[in-house]
Amino acid sequence: MSDVAVHEADHGTHGHTTTTGLSNNKVAMWLFLGSECLLFGGLISTYMLYRGRVSEGPRPGNVFDIPFTSVSSFILLMSSLTMVLAVSAAQNRDDRGTTLWLTVTALLGATFVGGQVYEFTAMYNEGLGFTTSLFGSSFYALTGFHGVHVTVGIIMLMSLVGIIKRSTIPGDKAEVVELIGLYWHFVDVIWIIIFTLVYLIPA
Amino acid sequence: MTAATETHSEHDHSHDDHAQHGMSNAGYIRIALILAAMTALEVSTYYVDFGALFMPVLIILMVVKFFIVVSYFMHLKFDNKLFSFCFYAGLFLAVMVYVIALATFKFFAA
Repeated sequence: MSDVAVHEADHGTHGHTTTTGLSNNKVAMWLFLGSECLLFGGLISTYMLYRGRVSEGPRPGNVFDIPFTSVSSFILLMSSLTMVLAVSAAQNRDDRGTTLWLTVTALLGATFVGGQVYEFTAMYNEGLGFTTSLFGSSFYALTGFHGVHVTVGIIMLMSLVGIIKRSTIPGDKAEVVELIGLYWHFVDVIWIIIFTLVYLIPA
Repeated sequence: MTAATETHSEHDHSHDDHAQHGMSNAGYIRIALILAAMTALEVSTYYVDFGALFMPVLIILMVVKFFIVVSYFMHLKFDNKLFSFCFYAGLFLAVMVYVIALATFKFFAA
């Protein structure tokens, strides 16, 4: 077997020769996630700068419901476990297990997004609108962008469940599940940072 | 071995590699329990006064949780180093750029 073929066997290019011996899709996903660090880094930094800038409206300590957000964070964290179990099932060619764990992951993600909608509504009712203060603007921009990422992840997960059930997925199923899993875990690690810096550390 | 059978063989091998890639399901559950315990410790700082340790404890827990998820759930610990480079290069650049930006606005002086 040639060196390239050995690399393919090691890193899952599945018979498609690439110049690196690695899956191009996976390299692209990791590069995308690396670039996402810059997006969220900008949003987090902006929030850190503006969280104390409250000319009117409630301050951070008055609107955050830490017990509620802690439960939401725990749910999102556990969705990472179900996602990795889905990847594991896909690698073992267990379609039933894969669709089950993907669906559970999507449901946990939907619960998190539902919690975020509830939180935003409660904050709005307490007088914190998007343009009320720099704190409000930067908070909604940061957590809103994250919520959109989770929502996109849920759409991808449910689309993947549908595609697997119809067995129309081209190429390697395990790799597709793994790629979406990488995106999902990334959304989780971003929330790990947001939960600490935004919610637990007071302004 | 023909080209077709060689490709098929590689395909099977790569699936075997996938199955051995990373950890067992029990291992993932253990990691999730560790993450859950760390989250509980984080939340406890809201109820219990940690004094001067408050900030360091939260920052350390956040960083450790981040790297546990990236290393084990995202498989970077077991995968090719090029993937690590792709991700950590972006992360390093982001941290450097925004730490400098925050320092410019005297964020750390406050």
